[in-house]
Amino acid sequence: MSETTGGVEMDEDVSGVIKKFLYVNRKAPYGTIYALESLEVVLIAAAFDQDVSLVFLDDGVYQLAKGQHTKTIDVKNFSPTYRALEGYDIEKLYVEKESLEARGLTAEDLIVPVTLLPAAEMAELMDGQDIVLSF
Amino acid sequence: MKFGIMVNEGPYTHEASDTAYLFAKAVLEKGHQIHRIFFYHDGVNNSTRLTEPPQDDRNIVTRWSKLAAEHQIDLVVCVAAALRRGIRDENLAEGFRISGLGQLIESGIQADRLVVFGD
Repeated sequence: MSETTGGVEMDEDVSGVIKKFLYVNRKAPYGTIYALESLEVVLIAAAFDQDVSLVFLDDGVYQLAKGQHTKTIDVKNFSPTYRALEGYDIEKLYVEKESLEARGLTAEDLIVPVTLLPAAEMAELMDGQDIVLSF
Repeated sequence: MKFGIMVNEGPYTHEASDTAYLFAKAVLEKGHQIHRIFFYHDGVNNSTRLTEPPQDDRNIVTRWSKLAAEHQIDLVVCVAAALRRGIRDENLAEGFRISGLGQLIESGIQADRLVVFGD
């Protein structure tokens, strides 16, 4: 199995095709494993040279919150990994404005630069994708 | 049309596995194809042959195995998610194989539609 491509030999079937992948993160970073395993998909997917965007909405906005301290719950703080996404050419990060505001947060409270989108525009973004993976 | 399916929840606790199975059957009955079903998160628990539901209940695991054999569907279980939850080659049910997340991305690229079942 190939480490970087998660078990796929890059053959003619896959190479050359570029689709728009959107990863929708809706859950708090801890409490369930969805956020962490979503990030694992995003990192593997980066090897496929697809057009990748990430969306954070509902409690998913907490995934990007600054100042996460997880020692007392004995879980790894994986939030620094979001800062590394740039190095994987994943630069399109969107946060739903309403979700952020409802939780008393602003863009300054987040560990990475993001684009704030109102819910109506979020719908347009999703509509324009080929693949939407929701976590 | 060519479909890819992703199952993200464990069997019995959550209805996602049932809905995904019924969707898969409906897709095939309509003459479409399913080239791969990818199991992630607790969805990997759909693949263990140690599953033993009561006799009057559906057997979700063997149901997948049968569907895969009848329609040549690739049942792929994510290796990282599987190992985390004690799923290994030794306890894998018929028709399932363990591989990487790349198989999910490849499925998204090759299929006309990738349909996700889960919370």
